[in-house]
This record gives sequence, C-alpha cells and structure tokens, in this order.
Amino acid sequence: MSDYKDYLTRQVMLGKINRREFLGRAAAFGIAASTASTLFAVSAAAQEPKRGGHLKLGLEGAAATDSKDPAKALSQFLFVVIRTWGDLLVESHPTTGAAVPALAESWEPSADSMTWTFAIRKGVKFHDGKELTVDDVVKTLQRHTDDKSESGALGVLKSIKEIKADGGKLVLTLSEGNADLPLLLSDYHLVIQPNGGMDNPDAMIGTGPYKVASFEPGVRATFERNQDDWRTDRGYVDSVELIAMNDATARIAALSSGQVHFINRIDPKTVSLLKRAPTVEILTTSGRGHYVFIMHCNTAPFDNNDLRMALKLAIDRETMVQRILGGYGKIGNDFPINDTYALFPEGIEQRVYDPDKAAFHYKKSGHSGPVLLRTSDVAFPGAVDAAVLYQESAKKAGIEIEVKREPGDGYYTNVWNVQPFSTSYWGGRPTQDQMYSTAYLSNADWNDTRFQREDFDKLLLKARAELDEAKRTDMYRTLAMMVRDEGGVILPMFNDFVNASTKQVKGYVHDIGNDMSNGYVATRVWLDA
Amino acid sequence: MESGPITGPVPTDGVAGETLPRSADLSGVPAKPNPAAASGAIGGAFWRRFVFRRPLVALILQRLGLSVGLLFAVSLMIFGGIEALPGDFATTYLGQSATPQAVENIRKDLGLDRPWSERYLTWLGGAVKGDFGTSWASKNSVSEQIGKRLGNSLFLAFFAALISVPLAVGLGMLAVQFRNRLPDKIINVISLAAISLPEFFIGYLLILFFAVQLGVATFPATVYDSMTLTERLSAIALPVATLVLVVLAHMMRMTRAAILNVMSSAYVETAELKGLGTFRIIARHAAPNAVAPVINVIALNLAYLVVGVVVVEVVFVYPGMGQYMVDAVTVRDMPVVQACGLIFAAFYIFLNMAADILAILANPRLRHPR
Repeated sequence: MSDYKDYLTRQVMLGKINRREFLGRAAAFGIAASTASTLFAVSAAAQEPKRGGHLKLGLEGAAATDSKDPAKALSQFLFVVIRTWGDLLVESHPTTGAAVPALAESWEPSADSMTWTFAIRKGVKFHDGKELTVDDVVKTLQRHTDDKSESGALGVLKSIKEIKADGGKLVLTLSEGNADLPLLLSDYHLVIQPNGGMDNPDAMIGTGPYKVASFEPGVRATFERNQDDWRTDRGYVDSVELIAMNDATARIAALSSGQVHFINRIDPKTVSLLKRAPTVEILTTSGRGHYVFIMHCNTAPFDNNDLRMALKLAIDRETMVQRILGGYGKIGNDFPINDTYALFPEGIEQRVYDPDKAAFHYKKSGHSGPVLLRTSDVAFPGAVDAAVLYQESAKKAGIEIEVKREPGDGYYTNVWNVQPFSTSYWGGRPTQDQMYSTAYLSNADWNDTRFQREDFDKLLLKARAELDEAKRTDMYRTLAMMVRDEGGVILPMFNDFVNASTKQVKGYVHDIGNDMSNGYVATRVWLDA
Repeated sequence: MESGPITGPVPTDGVAGETLPRSADLSGVPAKPNPAAASGAIGGAFWRRFVFRRPLVALILQRLGLSVGLLFAVSLMIFGGIEALPGDFATTYLGQSATPQAVENIRKDLGLDRPWSERYLTWLGGAVKGDFGTSWASKNSVSEQIGKRLGNSLFLAFFAALISVPLAVGLGMLAVQFRNRLPDKIINVISLAAISLPEFFIGYLLILFFAVQLGVATFPATVYDSMTLTERLSAIALPVATLVLVVLAHMMRMTRAAILNVMSSAYVETAELKGLGTFRIIARHAAPNAVAPVINVIALNLAYLVVGVVVVEVVFVYPGMGQYMVDAVTVRDMPVVQACGLIFAAFYIFLNMAADILAILANPRLRHPR
C-alpha cells in the first residue's frame, strides 16, 4: 500500500498494552482492515470541534484488581484512564509516529546521543494547583527506573544511567547511544506526577485535560474537565465516564442502544453485523501486534532449519487472515516488523503457502512423525482455530501437526516460552530495535524462539548506534532476513484494532501508535449534537 | 421432579432424626463446636438434658459451632486450591511480561517465598481478628472493597428474591389448583423454558428487546455510590428480571410437587368433604405441611442469587461479588479470593441452616426423635 510510504519515519509506541489482556481472559478481540480511507482522520480533521457534553465509553479490560498507580497499569482500561488524566514528556505523532513535544518543550541530544537535555514546559499546573517543575519530572523518572520498581516501563528505560535536573532542564545520561530515546519516554506509564508520585503514587493527579472525579477499580471512572489545561486542542467534552464492560456482547448492546458513545475490542466475527446498525460507525486502525507460532530453535526437532522452513511454508497466511481475523488484518512474512515501522526494509519477498516446497524441506529435514503444537485461545483469540487451520494446510504438505489444547489459565507461565512449539501473541514496540531487542536478542528474557546468533546480536547493537538512516535500513533488512529465513517464528498475520462509536462522536484520530487513538480517544473527540 | 415431595421431607426428617444421636456424640468430642464447647465443658449430662429441654436452641448452637469448623475447612480448601493452580501471584500478575527479577521482587515483597503453611497461618491470624488484609494487586483494603461489592450483590439478590419467591410459591399453588389443565400447563411450559435457557441468553434477549429495540430499560446496570435509590432500581430491573426467570421454575415446581403430595392425604380429603374451596384447602391446609421441601429449595435458590450470579453480573456489567472474585482468582490474589470464598461459604451455610430451622419450626414432629 502506497499510503504507508508516508509512515516510514514513524517511530511508534506500541507496547505492552495487550499482554495482560491475554493472560487472564480469552476476551473477544477486534481486528480490522486497514483501508486507507479509515486509516486517516481526514474528514474528521476538517471539522470544527464542538465543546461540551458528557462522553461515555464502554471499555474491555478492567478488573477489580486494577491499580491506581500508573507504574503498575497493565490493562486497556487503565491505559485510557491514565491518558485522560496524565501527560507525558513526549508524545508520538498519530500518523507519522515521530516524537512530538508534550511536557518537554524541546530536546537536544549530544553528538553521540548518550546525553539528552530536555527543556520542561513552564506554567503548567497540576490538578491540585501546584506548578510543574523539573524536579517532578526527575522524581517521576527515578521512581520508574528504581531497581525495585514494579513499573511497566522499567524495561524500556533500562539504558538510562543518570537522571538529574540542571538549570531547570532535565538531563538524561544513557549507558549507550540511542537515537530513539524521546520516543521511549512516550511509554504510557511515564505520566508526570507531583514529586514523581513518590508521596502518593495512587493520587491520580497529573497535568492532563481531565481531573479524576471518581475511580472504582473494575467498575468505572469519571472525569471532569481541567479548566486550567495548558493545551486548547484537546479535552472538548465537559465530562468523561469510562465504564468497565468486559463482555463483548454487552459492549455492543450498550453502543447500539446509545447508552455509550464508544466501545473497544469488537469481535471480528460480529463487525459485519454491527456495521448494519444505522447509528454506529466502525473505527479500524492498523497496528503492529502479531499472532505467532513459535518454535524453539535449540530444541529438537526444531533445531533443524529445514523443518522450520517446511513449517513456515506449510501455513496458509491468506486463509488465516480471512478466517481468524475475519478479513481484517494483513499477512506476515515471518519477521516481527511491518511497514508501519520507521526504516522498514522494503522489497523482502513475501513468503507464501507452498505445500510442494514445504514437502521438499520436510523430506530434507529427515523428520518423521507428528509435530506437537500447543495452543490456547489465551494466546490470541481464535488461536485454537488457527492451529487447526494450520494442521489442515500442513497435511497437504505431508506434515502431521498434532494440536494440543492447553488450559488458558497459566498459559503464559507453563506453555509460552517453556514448550518448544506453541502459539503466542506479541504487541508491537516503538522501534524495530525495541522489537528485536525484546524477543530476538540471544540473552533476552523473552527470547521465546531461542533464536541465538552472535552475528545477529552484533548487527542489532550496531544498528542501534548507526546514525545514517540508509545504512540503518540496510542493517534492518539483514536482521529481518535472518529472522525470516532461520528464526523460529512463524508469523502469519498482523492484527489491527477495531473500535466503534456512535455517529455523534466526531474527531476520532486514527493513531497508529496504539489502540483507541493511542489511548487518547476521550481527550481527542467531541460530541456532535 | 414429581418425586420431590416423597424424597423432599425425608432428608429433613433424617437430619432431624439424626440430630440427637449425633449431638450426643458431639458433646463427647470436646472443643470442636465453639458454643457447644462452653456447655460441653460442664459435662455431657448437662448438654443431654439441655438438648432434651430446648431441642431447637441446642440445634442452633450445634449448627453454629459446626459452621465455624466448616468455614475453617473451606478457607483451607480455598488456600490449597489456589496453591494448586498453575503459577503464583507474581507470575500471573506480570504474565507474559514477567522477568525473573520482577517476579523475585514481588515474591519477596509479599512473602511468597515462605512455606505455604506459614503463609496460611499468618493469613488466618489476621482473618480471625477480622482483618482480611489488602489486595495484592490493587493494594486496597479487602474489607472495604468487599463491603461495597457485597452490598451490590445483596441488593440485587434481595429484589430478585422479593419478586421470585412469592411469585414461585403463588404460581405453584395456582398450578396445583388447575392441575393438568391449561393454566398448569402454561405455567409449567413457560417456567421450564426459562430454566432451560442459559442465563446469559435470557439476559441478552432482555437487553435486545427492552434496551436496544424498545429503549425502555436502563443498560448497562452499573451502579455506583452517587446513584439515588430510584436510579438504582431502574438499573437493576433487567438483571432482576433475568434472575427471576432463572430461579422461578425450580421453586415453582417444588411447591407444586410438594403440595400435590399432601393433597392426596386423608385430611385434605376431609377438608374437601367439608366443602371447602380448593384454593383455601391448598393455602390453609396443604401448604403448611408442604413447606419443608419448599423452604429448602428456596434457600438453595437464595444462595444461588447471592453467590452464583457472576454470569449475569458480567452480561449486565453489574459490579457484584462474583466478578470481584473471578478477577482475583485470575491473578491469584489470595487475600481477596479467601475473603470472597469465606463469605460465599458463610451464606450457603447460613441459608441452609435457616432452611432446616424453619422446616423444624413449621413441622413440630421434626423436633423430637422417633
């Protein structure tokens, strides 16, 4: 798609949001066609925003165990809650994915990109009336990077060596050069709190467009407009109400009866039905999350690359996108990057379903007997169906796959990253570097394919430090080819986000950063009477 | 179902019949049932005399004592159950994003590295003092959270019971009066159809018709602190209707069967020969004698209304206890699961005990051994 050329400079925060969702619940999950017309908010942007009204959102992903501390937020629901009351230093651009200033007005890297200086915006007030200072920023980052921190952003900030205030500016020193640092600070956990939230991490006081009026974990959250907001291009409605609705049918009923204005996570199976409702608009945005079948490269029989190749060729990607994603999604090419990432290596040949070639490699591998694939719908919605589809397509290549359905409870503890062949899900990362470092570096905790190659590791670290974009893209091509042709990941598809709103809701921004307009849905839309 | 009246009273009878011999044994076993222990310490003879003079009080005391023991057993079983589940709090809470370091941090923080017996005793020590601790996941006080959720659950259960119990008993009597005729058949078919449909399906149907198409009912049924009573009542209308439909048939059929059984006895025939009207015979003469099995079924359904409605809660987005406990089990949040489990168990025990006592009150024959 040529539209994606515009995106090549994107560096988008797309992260951990989906992980917990798949642990506890095999919830219905939405995936959508990323058609060019819906990808951009062209028509919406042309309209004049209206102020006022009470916006209600029915969202999946809340639990009674939800924490008020942004450091510990893990669910879709809390993602939106935090976005609504808090602000980050840096945000990502909705369509280009580039870093844009928020509470940090500007920033300057040193020549080796090891030291970064951020100018903090002046005259910004917290909800409790106190003025934002650089100390609040320093304390916030310290709280999230502390060794004992339970922050979800801890992994992202690992490379920060020192955090200090210098003449009213924030200075970060890294242990290694990283040109992507500003984007790393757009992680949704890193909202700036008074004194970094050290006094009271659960206060829910920030600088965002809405003040928290009430919060009942797993039930609902209400917000009032922050009259002292430092920005005028957001926070159009007077008040916001987020209602926890974990049942997909309940969400759809609430939307079609007009009780809420917006819902998330629409089951692809019901999208076509919901489309018929005259008052409803389907909002689909492409994403970086991907559904995978993972093999341990160091465990027999998967330590044989011919067997891995045979299994990669024996999967029918097109059918899987149609059947599992209801047609709303894009096929994958056995490496975890798609064209929504900056510096995407173009021109890599798309791997297709080829039973003959698969049979050839299978014979060459010398393997015989069934291959055991463990799966559960917790891995991703429809994972069991996907495994059975895979079983059928592999049969035509003479490969016998035995599908074993595992209990959903504890799947990520007992099966994923433990058993040699299983189904799983990966949310995307802001940069290619992050994605590869998280799951493909030899010594990464989450190297769930046991892909261990020294030359890969070296090249990845080199690419991180490389400033020449052309060279860097080339390196990422080599890395992608290594994973594609020798890695243990079978990546049939990337899923997209499907949300829906009533026609009353205007100004929805299709943000490639993450689901629900990158979590900013409540602050960006307005209600047309 | 028709065998209900025959088997119905029998277990109740059996329980009451067994009560005395068993209570004699129990008085010999010291210190197990708490209240009984107080009197048991004075001597078996005193207890035996007490049982003879005040059978009802003795029975209640004994049941109370047993239920305390039962609650201990339940807490131990819940604890064992959570331990047996794959993964502990640290790994399930962090899930796919768990790193060994983070898991270690949480385990140490919560003392999960200690042996299970030690952790259980620590928890028990707090619980007997009424301190259920704080939720591991949200760090909120468990008692406070449960207070709200339990209130919501009871609110829903109360109104569901308020409608369903009189309705079921009334319909049961009506069915007896028109037995094997059209009204009886209509009542039976409709209530059996309602019980045969899964509760979430009934819920969806009600939402579809009353909220989406007609737009007369409130949906979602989320209730929160700042709501007025009328707002609350309107919010729970659909879930209450669902619950009523779900529990109605069971109670109605039991009422019908129990009364029918009594209706065939000699004294009812006498009443008929006296020339009393059918409904009067059913309401005044047959119903009191049929009350024991009906009360048992009602008690079971009431318990269900409090502890078993998680599906209805999810469908209607109602913040009750069920959803709270399920959320907690998902991440192995032990203090919350324990507290919820104990409250649920206490409800079952209490309602069953109340049913037995009411049955005995209604039927003096059950108070004395044969």
